[in-house]
Amino acid sequence: MGKTNMKKISLSLVCMLIGGATVAMAQKINAAGATFPAAIYQKWFEEFHKLNSAIEINYQSIGSGGGIAQLTGGTVDFGASDMPMTDDQLSKLKVKAFHFPTVLGAVVPTYNVAGVATDLKFTPETLSGIFLGKITKWNDPSLVKDNPGIKLPKNDIVVVHRSDGSGTTFVWTDYLSKISPEWKAKVGANTSVSWPVGLGGKGNEGVAGLVKQTPDSIGYVELVWAAQNKMTVGLVKNSSGAFIKADVESVTDAAAGAAKEIPADFRISITNAPGKNAFPISSFTYLLIPSTIPDAGKSKAIVAFLQWMLADGQKFAPGLYYAPLPKEVVAKEIKQIALINASAAAQPKAKTK
Amino acid sequence: MTTPLAVEIPVIRRKTQTGDIVARWVVTVFAASILLVTILVVYQLWVTSAPSRHKSGFGFLISSQWNPVTEEFGALPFIYGTVVTSVLALLISIPLGLGAAIFLAELAPARVSNSLTFLIELLAAIPSVIYGLLALFTVVPLMRQYGEPFLKSTLGFLPFFQGPAYGVGFLTAGIVLSFMTLPFIISVSRESLLAVPREQREAALALGATRWETTWQVVVPWARLGIFGSIFLSLARALGETMAVTMVIGNDPKISASLLASGYSIAAVIANEFSEATGAVYPAALVELGLVLFCLTIIINGMARLMIMATTGKGTKRA
Amino acid sequence: MSKRLIWRKGVNALMLTLTGVFTFIAVATLFLILGCLIYNGASSLSWNFFTKLPLSAGEEGGGMANAIVGSLEIVGMAGLIGLPVGFLAGVYLAEFEDKVFASLIRYVADLLNGIPSIVVGLLAWSLVVVPMKQFSAVAGSIALSVMLIPVVARQTEQFLREVPNSIREAALALGANKWKMIATVVVPAGSKGILTGMILGMARIAGESAPLLFTAFNNQFWNGGVTQPTASLPVMIYFRALSGYEDWHRQAWAAGLVLISAVLTANILARLVLARGVSVPRG
Repeated sequence: MGKTNMKKISLSLVCMLIGGATVAMAQKINAAGATFPAAIYQKWFEEFHKLNSAIEINYQSIGSGGGIAQLTGGTVDFGASDMPMTDDQLSKLKVKAFHFPTVLGAVVPTYNVAGVATDLKFTPETLSGIFLGKITKWNDPSLVKDNPGIKLPKNDIVVVHRSDGSGTTFVWTDYLSKISPEWKAKVGANTSVSWPVGLGGKGNEGVAGLVKQTPDSIGYVELVWAAQNKMTVGLVKNSSGAFIKADVESVTDAAAGAAKEIPADFRISITNAPGKNAFPISSFTYLLIPSTIPDAGKSKAIVAFLQWMLADGQKFAPGLYYAPLPKEVVAKEIKQIALINASAAAQPKAKTK
Repeated sequence: MTTPLAVEIPVIRRKTQTGDIVARWVVTVFAASILLVTILVVYQLWVTSAPSRHKSGFGFLISSQWNPVTEEFGALPFIYGTVVTSVLALLISIPLGLGAAIFLAELAPARVSNSLTFLIELLAAIPSVIYGLLALFTVVPLMRQYGEPFLKSTLGFLPFFQGPAYGVGFLTAGIVLSFMTLPFIISVSRESLLAVPREQREAALALGATRWETTWQVVVPWARLGIFGSIFLSLARALGETMAVTMVIGNDPKISASLLASGYSIAAVIANEFSEATGAVYPAALVELGLVLFCLTIIINGMARLMIMATTGKGTKRA
Repeated sequence: MSKRLIWRKGVNALMLTLTGVFTFIAVATLFLILGCLIYNGASSLSWNFFTKLPLSAGEEGGGMANAIVGSLEIVGMAGLIGLPVGFLAGVYLAEFEDKVFASLIRYVADLLNGIPSIVVGLLAWSLVVVPMKQFSAVAGSIALSVMLIPVVARQTEQFLREVPNSIREAALALGANKWKMIATVVVPAGSKGILTGMILGMARIAGESAPLLFTAFNNQFWNGGVTQPTASLPVMIYFRALSGYEDWHRQAWAAGLVLISAVLTANILARLVLARGVSVPRG
């Protein structure tokens, strides 16, 4: 007797829960991907939700590799990645996707060395040497030479890298591959590589956390993570020979040349860019938007977000240490928005409630 | 002669039989669902890992290459890390656990023993992620600042204690795991010790043995099957631990003799890399790792249950 | 006294003291863990924590309201699935067992019990997330229910077995048919133990994080429904602990405190239920 009653109750509860899902008030969109821009994406989705309370974009920062994987698997509505998708990855998508650059950022070397509160100077040689495992101590002659007057301890360098598939890793290894033939041959550039040395942290936040907690460590993170965690950041020597600090100006400089040459699909690498004041480890970061979005409510919401992002959204960038997009790139992207669902032009107006 | 009752009885029997048949069917179906789910687990793991199995074959188990870029996957670093941390955990928790079990079974008065055992069993209820949280913020800094430098200075000549002191690594993961396996060893060993007949103890004491000699040379050997069972049970649990390990092992797929080095375990790599595995082979390789882990835990769990059943008489026998 | 005897007595005293010390260590660990959580987490428990949604990186004042509700949702649904299935399977094993099949089910239930939680997550991912093309609370609940079923089944079986046969025979003698006997007499007799098993099972799955990582995933907003990604306490603790932000670390501690309070309360409750009202003496 008790059993049948319990079954009836549980059945109706289940029905109510499922029913509740369909009567949901907001337009819910699920996205996942890069941690590199996560700080500004979360800010954007929050602000956008304040302006459009009916639209909830749930972004989970699981790494660029995760963003590409989830988009390919169809478990998210759009993805995000710092690394432009390769032709091979694009071919595996069931629905073609567009790359929408959102902001520019810098990947910086961040370190935790006792007694060193100032900015250390790194050259391409020292960075590649450290991450290849060839430079093992902080008081290595090449580091001392580049940083006169700073007392570097004789402790072992603890390298920290990403344990997950990361666009930030791609930007970092892309730079290292360009400036070190040995790195290019041994390790290469990708979202996930076989690291010669080091500990793995999950996400930009994981690397920042590990470096912060591990003395004598060095890792690479997107600038905002080091800045918000008040960590020491190194200067990097660029192709013109100057030691540059990563900030909005030097990143914008790095993108200056690219803005005119950017291809139609926006896939470009701007590491080691020419320019007197360019920060050499800069990158665009992308939203990966499917070219056809069948659900009219979702597509309307996503298009509205993209338009807002390219206009008002850009204002939030400098405050979070990202550089806004060059005007030429914005103009091209606005044209690309029109291509979403272009084949299904005559869509009836959808109810988002 | 047919009495009214004699006429009724067959009717009642038919009615009751249908109710019983239905009930039997319902419960049998639900019981069978357990079997179905297990078969489903094995089947899904087998099928989903097919791309990776076809590519690597048995070489998967002995290769130490883990390269998502070139799509070469080998399980060895993860098997190594899983085994090393679990063995390390047991090396710590066996003496600790057996000692505590002896105290609780032989020395402590019954009420004290019961309440202390209750408290210790609560340790088993603490979620893995909370062990990880604690380990990350308290154990890791302690190990990095005091524990590992101490080991390096005293035992640094051994290959086990060389290399930089990260705080994270095999050793820390092993220590955290040891506390997670401790309650199982204590609980089951204590029961096995309690099941040893009084006569054995009394005989030994009568022959002039000290309490300790009685315990160590008579009672423990008598209960050894159950104790081994508890060890295997803990081993199975340690092998599959995910969250606590992934937060303190360093996440580096390398094999290293030094316990201070960072490594990786099967469960940790699946947790870290699964949501981003693209392509046909990468996710399949991770699922294949899951299959390897599953097989390992099945074997060890099976052995554990056999041993425990033999001593305490629990399991298939009716009470 | 001979030297040998002194030695033996010394060893005896030492070893027995050592066992006491080890026991102390084991018990102290529990209190250290609780103490650590209270020390670090209590100060971060705030009205914000219980009512606010998570905020973006670096912004202070966020909370885990959606994770608390999400955990309740996911665990609740897992219970809806797992408790009845486990209970009825346990009834089968105790009352209806057919020799070989029952042994097989028992063996398999123990296997399922020992399965690593991450593997269960893989199963639920391939069975639910992939076809649905969506992370969802349902997928998480299914993963957790797979872990719940064997625990409940074995506990139900154990406590039904402990009901003496005399009760069964008395019911049958009074003319009850088998299922009525079970439902109205045997199960109530063993109910305290069965309930204990259920509470313990639920407490165990409430703390599980690994199976939810790629089934229920995570969500910054209020959980939209059972077919949407859903935040849960264990998963949030994991993500927050690994980050570099002090505020997020504090939130992880607070969440840890909330989680462990719930789990330990359930455990203590379960054992009190068992101790208080065992209608049948054990063994």
